[in-house]
Amino acid sequence: MRIALRIALAASAALLTLGVAQAQEKTLRIGTEGAYPPFNNLTSDGQLVGFDIDIAKALCDEMKVKCTFVAQDWDGIIPALQAGKFDAIVASMSITPERQQKVDFTHKYYNTPSALAVPKDSTLKGVTKADLAGKTIGVATTTTHFNYASKTYTDSTIKGYPSSPEEQADLANGRLDAIEDDIVVLSQWLDTPDGACCKILGTPDPQPVEIFGPGAGIAVRKGETDLVNKLNAAIDAIRANGKYKEINDKYFKFDVYGKSSS
Amino acid sequence: MPGPTIWTLLSWGPDGWSDDIAYGALVTIALALATLPFGLVIGFFVAFAKQQEEPSLRLAANIYTTVFRGLPELVTLFLFFFGMPLLLQHVIRWFNPDATIDVNSFIAGMIVLSLIFSSYASEVFLSAFRAIPKGQYEGGYAIGLSKWQTMRKVILPQLVRIAFPGLENCWLILLKDTSLVSVVNLAETLRNAGVAARVTKHSFLFYSLAALVFLVLAILSSIATGFIVRSLARKGATR
Amino acid sequence: MSVTETIVEPPPPQARGWSRARILGYALVGLWIIFGLGIVAYLVSAWNTDFFFRYAPAYLQGLGTTLSLVVVSMIAGAILSLPVTYGRMSKNGILSGLAYCYVYFFRGTPLLVQVYLVYYGVGSFRVELESVGLWWFFRDAFNCGVFAFALNTAAYQAEILRGAIESVPRGQWEGAASLGLHKLLTLRKVILPQALVVALRPYGNELVLMIKASAIVAIITVYDLMGNAKLAYAKSFDFQAYIWVAIVYLVMVEILRNGVEWIERRITVHLKR
Repeated sequence: MRIALRIALAASAALLTLGVAQAQEKTLRIGTEGAYPPFNNLTSDGQLVGFDIDIAKALCDEMKVKCTFVAQDWDGIIPALQAGKFDAIVASMSITPERQQKVDFTHKYYNTPSALAVPKDSTLKGVTKADLAGKTIGVATTTTHFNYASKTYTDSTIKGYPSSPEEQADLANGRLDAIEDDIVVLSQWLDTPDGACCKILGTPDPQPVEIFGPGAGIAVRKGETDLVNKLNAAIDAIRANGKYKEINDKYFKFDVYGKSSS
Repeated sequence: MPGPTIWTLLSWGPDGWSDDIAYGALVTIALALATLPFGLVIGFFVAFAKQQEEPSLRLAANIYTTVFRGLPELVTLFLFFFGMPLLLQHVIRWFNPDATIDVNSFIAGMIVLSLIFSSYASEVFLSAFRAIPKGQYEGGYAIGLSKWQTMRKVILPQLVRIAFPGLENCWLILLKDTSLVSVVNLAETLRNAGVAARVTKHSFLFYSLAALVFLVLAILSSIATGFIVRSLARKGATR
Repeated sequence: MSVTETIVEPPPPQARGWSRARILGYALVGLWIIFGLGIVAYLVSAWNTDFFFRYAPAYLQGLGTTLSLVVVSMIAGAILSLPVTYGRMSKNGILSGLAYCYVYFFRGTPLLVQVYLVYYGVGSFRVELESVGLWWFFRDAFNCGVFAFALNTAAYQAEILRGAIESVPRGQWEGAASLGLHKLLTLRKVILPQALVVALRPYGNELVLMIKASAIVAIITVYDLMGNAKLAYAKSFDFQAYIWVAIVYLVMVEILRNGVEWIERRITVHLKR
């Protein structure tokens, strides 16, 4: 018993020091989701891949810091940033006023519109509130798409999903009448055998900037202005030196950056 | 793009997911085993406190079990996973304003599972305590053993034997509860199976595999506890 | 209840002064008080009328969903547990083997896995389910939750029922048989009334476990109490969302637990001496 107690004490001491270990300044820990292809996804050998990941790696090279990646479920990603589980979110997070109350953002690093997908045999004609009245729409929770859908389609049932693949699966098997998501994510899925069931119905128009924001940015904890400035400089640098275009062309046939205004 | 066959999906290596799920199973076992000693020790002391004559001790122990048996495991997990770092951060910032704290999901899971396991185990210990007649204590004191010695040499050996079947049940509950930690990103069995299901869209296959892993762990546990029960019985018989 | 508990001991003389146990006890109770005050202080400081009135109706609605999910699952599980119990107690090897496997599977795997298996796993067999006309049922997340929960609780309830029936002494069966009662009548009039008194507490525990476990349906898009709390937290990033939900669950479980205890005291009056 005494030995067991001693082992337990030693173990608890070791674990406490582990748990309260301070974040090291030199490596930048980046949080991402890993369920949002082609922007970020997990492979069967546990690797994170995708546009977000390549952009983040390019930014880290540019800033000359070492980066590690952490996969974190989407609906807990901002709390996890605040709780110090990583230092920056590179996960296709739209810059919205709501989120800006909790975190600081860089400039956008891409901007693509929101769209709705439906089964191929769907009788739906358009994407207005009246068109979708009485229908069930699946959206990943705590996304801009979710906020838009819950504000716009007030006559429809909105179902919240933890991530995009679940809502896609439920559209394919008929639990949902429509899903709303990023058009690039939807198109990528529609090109796979599982997405063969479905098609793009259309893109809501207009897409209000107060809901969708100017695009996807990198989020850091509030007040870390220094890191924001460094990341912004790095975004500008990879935009200028062709690295961004190289990554863009690896994944897309068009420019995902959108209008170069911000 | 032709879909890979089931056997490719289940293969070991870069294209298959078996290695990921096997790794997840190891994490599940590690989490349960790491929780066990803390849960047992805390559970024992909570039961011990409930046995005391001092009402304040009993009250403190009762609040403990009421809270951690009353809260859903998932709620406790979220409270600790998201709440504890926020709280610790506030405290640490008084000393060092720049520090950030990381409580990883393994440790958060371990703490939460210890709390839950110990509150269940304390009930088992408590009824075991009650099954030991007062005469055993009195006999211990009568031959000049101190309170602590009586506890260690007389009561504990009997307590362990009486409590064992109940504790085995607690262990099985613990094993299953580890799956909840998957929702806070710990790459254990269920989470890795879930990632595989998301990526490959073969939900039924991979969730069945996860169920199988837990079943195998349960069967292995019963085999192991069978051995322990027999050795406990032998010890009892040769006394 | 063990025998030793019923032996009445004279109460020990009240300890006076500050023994070590008392210091420790007061310290621990003090910690709990500080902890409780801390939560109250946090909730007061974080009080947000807008938050409260925005999400309180959602919480109430979620509570309704949670309760109906639990009640429907418990009843369905109770019905389903009857054949399982029969199988478990049957002398037919195949039947008892099947029932054993059923119970082992549902008690040996996490409920979360079972819920995923039903919602996402069965969801991928839409065509097959449509052809047998069952898809309308599995289309709905709430139904999937009820289905998984009912199967799960049936396994546990079967074990409770079996234990309770076996706790009734054999003499009761024999006595009834000697009075010429046939088996089913004996079970209904003699065995079950006694067994259910034994089973009350485990049934109560199972109900509490189900309420706690029901929180996991939040993960399969059901907006139960937990689902609404998650949504409130995800929208507001305000941690009080979880504190409130914890309080609601705790109060609910405590009421239930005390209720079961009260009923048990009432119906076992005749057993007390």
